[in-house]
Amino acid sequence: MTSDRLLRGLVLAYLVAFFGYLFLPLVFMVAAGFNDSRFPTMLPWEGFTLKWFHGFDAQGRAVGLFQDARMGQAILNSVIIGLGVIALSVPIGLAGALFIANLRSRAKSFVYGVMVSPILTPGVILGISTLMFWSNGLGVGGGLLLTVVAQSTFIAAYCMLLFLARLERFDRSLEEAALDLGASQAYVVWRILLPYMRPAILSAAMIAFLQSFENYNTTLFVIGTQDTMTLNIASRVRLGLTPAVNAIGVILIALTVVGAVAYEILRRREAAVRAEAEKRLRAAEAAEVGALRLAAG
Amino acid sequence: MSELFRRLGPLIGAWVVATTALWVVFLVVLPQLVMIDGSFRPDLPPSRIGGPEDVYTLANYATLWQNAIHRSIFLRTIWSSALVTLLALVVCYPIAYYLAQSVRGGTAALLVVGLVIPFWVNEILRTFSWFLILSRNGLINQLLQGLGLIEQPLHFGGSGAVMLGMVYAYILFMVFPLYNAIESLDRNQVEAARDLGAPWWRIHWRVVVPHAKPGIAVGCIMTFMLAAGTVAVPQIMQSLPGGTGARWFTQVIYSWFFDGGSWNQGSAYAFALLLICVVFIFAMMRLFRVGLRDIAK
Repeated sequence: MTSDRLLRGLVLAYLVAFFGYLFLPLVFMVAAGFNDSRFPTMLPWEGFTLKWFHGFDAQGRAVGLFQDARMGQAILNSVIIGLGVIALSVPIGLAGALFIANLRSRAKSFVYGVMVSPILTPGVILGISTLMFWSNGLGVGGGLLLTVVAQSTFIAAYCMLLFLARLERFDRSLEEAALDLGASQAYVVWRILLPYMRPAILSAAMIAFLQSFENYNTTLFVIGTQDTMTLNIASRVRLGLTPAVNAIGVILIALTVVGAVAYEILRRREAAVRAEAEKRLRAAEAAEVGALRLAAG
Repeated sequence: MSELFRRLGPLIGAWVVATTALWVVFLVVLPQLVMIDGSFRPDLPPSRIGGPEDVYTLANYATLWQNAIHRSIFLRTIWSSALVTLLALVVCYPIAYYLAQSVRGGTAALLVVGLVIPFWVNEILRTFSWFLILSRNGLINQLLQGLGLIEQPLHFGGSGAVMLGMVYAYILFMVFPLYNAIESLDRNQVEAARDLGAPWWRIHWRVVVPHAKPGIAVGCIMTFMLAAGTVAVPQIMQSLPGGTGARWFTQVIYSWFFDGGSWNQGSAYAFALLLICVVFIFAMMRLFRVGLRDIAK
């Protein structure tokens, strides 16, 4: 019994240590974003300030994140690239998933292997190969467009995996029934397949955007002279560091937390709705059985 | 293929085939081939490309072997990435097992959300948060100086800091595959082994680990690939005092492209890195006896 309690204590201690290891650095980073100190640090605490978001230093120079036009441009570029990646990766992923799901040939596992290979390839190599091919071969230089292309090589594969997972649970009899009743294939795709795929399309778009927005290693090789948010943060860390970088961290972490909580709430609500529907169905069935018994009795 | 057109019709079927082909050919396969092709060619000024000197050669690969500094960085990158992978596996296994087998319902969901939040904070910021802890005016130095334990700030830069940053940055790519694999294990199997008197380590070795093999393989492959292929983490961690010695192989590749201006030479280095990752993937698949289908899920 005591050894059991000891084990429990150890597990708990490990859990606390692990989550501390995950979260404490982020907590320090957030706290330093509000510290009135020239360096991005939490200690010594020199008082609460919002000047790293919007404000001025003792000499009257603007130091806040929101006053930085270069950062604004970099974030705008990241958003443009992210939207471009959604527009390219989601249709490609959907096409790839439909292709592989309907392939019955021997080559299936080989084709599948080629399609998922970008996920297992280091990001720098995707950037380099894209740069060599488009820039040397076709004369398209580094920039936003090439970044969208380079990122899409692997993000499309992620989208495809999401679509394949949902396609696996697709009830083919619905489709067969519609076709038997004389619907055209295009109509079946439009009215049955696409509505069924809708949740996967939404999550693929979201994941594509997030993957693109946080990408650094691939982007570095294909961005040319432009700037993105992650590149901007990295160059600030290397060249001249002020807590304005922490202010970016505060905003991104806040958005992530809100997103994760919203997702969890939605998931629970959906589960609750499903459970409620099931309960009603059971009650209706029970009532029906009761009525039948009554009629028979 | 006929299945595809039967289900989707000629128009949508053609779109699926064309989109998939464009992706696989122009984004995945051709860029890689162009990169590999370039890596076997000498770097020539544009006027002499296609001339008599433009022949296949192993010279670019010879450079990697003959340059003692590059060779040692190459070998150290491989070795350190393997070590990062092993560390991440050891740290993550207990957490993944605990989340998947010992907690239920609400607590498990909450803890998983707790893992997702740092996962979506990007690589740059996660590394930056450790940079802040280890830097000259960072948390550790401030604490130690505040307590009067040291006079001069300690220098934490070097390979250790880079690897610490990597374990922190990629730990969640290890946790999630492990968690998914262990979660699908029937709890009754663990119960049965326990009832039959197996000690806890044997339960893990004979029941849990064999079941979790695909997850372990995926986690190791992703972690190794990300660690070997990152530019972000070493770039940031090298800004620490004393950190200049810890160059990563990807940075050598980067400087061939953007400081040395020798793309073909850089391609050879990139292909060498890619080969190492491919070898690692096949070694893992062999070791854990899993197929590509199990990996890319």
